[in-house]
Amino acid sequence: MSEIREELLSVIREVTRHEVCEIANTTPAGVIIPKETLVPLCVELIKNPSCFFDMLSCITGVDNGVEAGTMEVIYHVYSIPYHTSLALKVILVRDNPELESITSLWKSANWLEREVFDMFGIHFINHPDLRRILMPADWKGYPLRKDYQHEEYYRGVKIDY
Amino acid sequence: MKEQQYIYKPDNLIDSEPNKFNVSELKSEEMIINLGPQHPSTHGVLRLEVLSDGEIVKEVIPHIGYLHRCFEKHAESLPYNQVIPFVDRMDYVAAMNSEHAYAMGVERMLGITEQIPKRVEYIRVLVAEMNRVASHLIAIGTYGLDLGSFTPFFWVMRDREHILRLLEWASGARMLYNYIWIGGLFYDLPVGFEQRCREFIKYFYPKTKELETILIENKIFIGRTANVGVLPLDLAINSGITGPMLRASGLRFDLRRVDGYSVYPSLEFEVPIGEGKMGQTGDCWDRTWVRMQEIHESLRIMQQCLDQLEGDHQRTRDFDPQVMVPKKIRPKAQELYVRAENPKGELGFFFRADGRSDIPFRCKARACSFVNLSVLPEISKGVLIADLIAILGSIDIVLGEVDR
Repeated sequence: MSEIREELLSVIREVTRHEVCEIANTTPAGVIIPKETLVPLCVELIKNPSCFFDMLSCITGVDNGVEAGTMEVIYHVYSIPYHTSLALKVILVRDNPELESITSLWKSANWLEREVFDMFGIHFINHPDLRRILMPADWKGYPLRKDYQHEEYYRGVKIDY
Repeated sequence: MKEQQYIYKPDNLIDSEPNKFNVSELKSEEMIINLGPQHPSTHGVLRLEVLSDGEIVKEVIPHIGYLHRCFEKHAESLPYNQVIPFVDRMDYVAAMNSEHAYAMGVERMLGITEQIPKRVEYIRVLVAEMNRVASHLIAIGTYGLDLGSFTPFFWVMRDREHILRLLEWASGARMLYNYIWIGGLFYDLPVGFEQRCREFIKYFYPKTKELETILIENKIFIGRTANVGVLPLDLAINSGITGPMLRASGLRFDLRRVDGYSVYPSLEFEVPIGEGKMGQTGDCWDRTWVRMQEIHESLRIMQQCLDQLEGDHQRTRDFDPQVMVPKKIRPKAQELYVRAENPKGELGFFFRADGRSDIPFRCKARACSFVNLSVLPEISKGVLIADLIAILGSIDIVLGEVDR
């Protein structure tokens, strides 16, 4: 398990006003942040010369199920000059999840956020083009949610699996 | 009575993937051109909605998802070892590399990375590099086909076939191998494989020179690709571009070097970058040239692996490649993001294990083609429609990986 540099952690603490906790058992090391601080923190992570996270590798949505009642969005960012990876995790409530988009900061977030929207129904506010990307535009439901039930018919054709 | 297969309703006949632009709202000189999904130059089932003004492309909207096979949903209901065949079918021209990344991720979760025998690691790198050569050959050959050069395509297919035959000999399958297992390999290399592999390298090396002469240094090819689709470095990094595309834009960034996974730290190879020899750095010609150089570097790596496999880590009678294959794969509760250098870029896997079951709670694939394709609308604004095909071909996408 990797550790977060102290310098980096102090930057994160400053932006989130100490409302941050490190995630246990995760590679690369990561932090859970409140959802309001996502955009200011990302701006700081890009701009601050001691962080310089210039690449957004991956955005993952996770559904924890109906009982837990939460969803998670995990951002994996990477800094090429410092060779550092970091995971940022945002926890959302399960009904009507919403989150600020970070497309204006990293262009790669555009399609990755669309995919998370497509699969989990998490709405990204201020996203320039939030449409379904992998599923057909008229598909009902969000397939990777744990309580997803697939439809019997799609446009009159039986789905038999 | 026979079950009715299709219920007719007029609503069922509307577009499932509607255009983003509405024809009635266009200006009088604008026009929508639909490219694909069944057009050979889109390298699969990719549909491009092109808003054009005469010959000039104003806007490109890629519509993807025609080959969506629910990899992530399947992975959530299968044990870790049974996911590997699905991983093969993502990037089906470089399945070994994807398997390597996936197996590496699960091994890290189990904490057995250090205990994998060195011979297994060298075999993995050997077959992965062979597959990288095959994938780059496809990329270069079909790119020539897109631009109207027919001969090199047959040449690369002929040479690729040698690689596929060798891999078939090792694993039993031509393209979708299921050869690299979690903790080991399906089988050891067959007897005489190393010898045949060396013969192939000896045969193939002059062929790469021929290919370079007929295609890469061809005047018509340079005319079609130089200064076309220039991807500046800052845009490339901001868009998450990886692999040969990023290197063609001028950054010496290769995960085999940067992360140094598997046995790559002990191998010698160069990381070629685009230098803008025929035009600007980061144009279509640079991307193809970088792929060509990477073939040479892969051949070097293969040779070093073969030296090791015939030298320090040679085959013994009692060598069992499955000795570290776990009987039961149940990682502790954790989250892990693993990444590896695929022929097309950074392939990442995100796992979450809950510690109670043999199946992943969540398995996300960060596909390199998917992210690389997302830059297409940015770099193809204001180009000619013929150049759009040239740019698309130079990105080197595999739709199986874009749609997963």
